[in-house]
Amino acid sequence: MYAFDFERPTTLDEAVAALGTEEAQALGGGQTLIPTLKQRLAGPAKLVSLTGIAELRGVCIADDGAVCIGGATPHAVVAAEAAAHYPALAALAGNIGDPAVRNRGTIGGSLANNDPSACYPAAALGSGAMIRTNIRDIAADDYFQGMFTTALEEGEIITEVRFPVPQKAAYVKFEQPASRFALTGVFVAKYADGVRVAVTGASEEGVFRWSEAEAALSSDFSAGAIAGLAVDAENMIGDLHGSPEYRAHLVKVLTGRAVTAAG
Amino acid sequence: MTKVTMTVNGKPVSGEVEGRTLLSQFLREGLGMTGTHIGCDTSQCGACVVHVNGQDVKSCTMFALECEGAEVRTIEGMANADGSLSTIQQAFQDHHGLQCGFCTPGMVMTAAALLEKNPKPSEAEIRDYLEGNICRCTGYHNIVKAIMAASGQDVGAIAAE
Ligand SMILES: Cc1cc2nc3c(=O)[nH]c(=O)nc-3n(C[C@H](O)[C@H](O)[C@H](O)COP(=O)(O)OP(=O)(O)OC[C@H]3O[C@@H](n4cnc5c(N)ncnc54)[C@H](O)[C@@H]3O)c2cc1C
Ligand code: FES
Ligand code: FES
Repeated sequence: MYAFDFERPTTLDEAVAALGTEEAQALGGGQTLIPTLKQRLAGPAKLVSLTGIAELRGVCIADDGAVCIGGATPHAVVAAEAAAHYPALAALAGNIGDPAVRNRGTIGGSLANNDPSACYPAAALGSGAMIRTNIRDIAADDYFQGMFTTALEEGEIITEVRFPVPQKAAYVKFEQPASRFALTGVFVAKYADGVRVAVTGASEEGVFRWSEAEAALSSDFSAGAIAGLAVDAENMIGDLHGSPEYRAHLVKVLTGRAVTAAG
Repeated sequence: MTKVTMTVNGKPVSGEVEGRTLLSQFLREGLGMTGTHIGCDTSQCGACVVHVNGQDVKSCTMFALECEGAEVRTIEGMANADGSLSTIQQAFQDHHGLQCGFCTPGMVMTAAALLEKNPKPSEAEIRDYLEGNICRCTGYHNIVKAIMAASGQDVGAIAAE
């Protein structure tokens, strides 16, 4: 690791100020950033830890019923505290990595990183979540802009993520056993005004909505409704874990399983 | 260099560290407590697991300065006050839950975290909780047995497959 200065503010305002300086970077749980620093793939002049800011941690329910998760809330806290309100989201959080990773890694870090195989992007896009930052609100549909790319500006902090609670939902992850990330994962959520299907781990473009399946499932919410659909392997990720065709196949199989699991 | 102060196994400690000093490095090199092992240094193996404010974390993937004011517990703090092995440690010995012993500090700390949350875990729950702890020797069966035994449960049903 290259050397850097370290700050651990206790308020959001202090964090915003600290991040306003040259080459400063936010540190969430460090479960992605610390390995990156060790490989010298990042060399910030200053790290600003968000874990000491009480207002960025925790799960609460908004007046409209949405589940609101503070940007620096660890996965384990979401797994425990969102379970009664949004079980599919809590289950997704409780299945990220391993227990020690879940005690440190945060929702803000996961969404800011937007790894093409990460779990939270599927939940945020699949739920039509609102990503709130220190300066604005960004709809999930506008937030994800391709692998490791998001709408966030330099120094912008995810302060909260708001999830509208669906009638039914489920996330099914086909785990890559060594990394524990999603080789492919599908999040399905049924709302009063339609079904959303978000796919992670499959596309070269990062997380995406499978709109044909959304249309089919909105008129008939059953695994059979997508039987006639085909997923194009073009633009799917091909690597040593699976070919583009294999991932395209998984997208359809996992969507069916997620619909069945949602009930 | 910045001064960091924390409690390790009940004793107040402090030291001068850099921003990039990892908790694992502070424990091993700063305090000379080499019971916490570094297996991978890439957050994969769990040999470095310690408890910070009661939570099991990988000390190779956390900075020392993030532990300012925290209560840290390491494998050195696991034995009973008279120096005899704790229930979990004794169960690892009784059930042959280690061979080379390299993964053992992390296994014991992870097991202790599990049993605090879930005092009578099922075999499946134990295996699931050990997801982030890699052992190259035992094949895990005897580790699972040891944790079952430490939680006061019958281990007869856990047969080698
Ligand atoms: C062994 C292992 C297994 C894993 N398995 C999975 C898995 O199955 N599924 C999965 O989805 N993930 C997995 N992860 C990744 C894990 O979920 C990370 O915690 C997560 O991707 C990053 O969150 P973090 O809080 O650790 O962020 P950090 O590593 O601290 O930061 C990541 C990036 O986000 C930025 N950032 C952090 N917080 C904020 C914020 N609030 N606002 C703006 N920017 C911010 C940082 O500057 C950095 O660029 C795994 C990680 C490990 C080590
Ligand atoms: S040394 Fe920390 S996880 Fe392997
Ligand atoms: S006993 Fe050797 S690695 Fe576990």
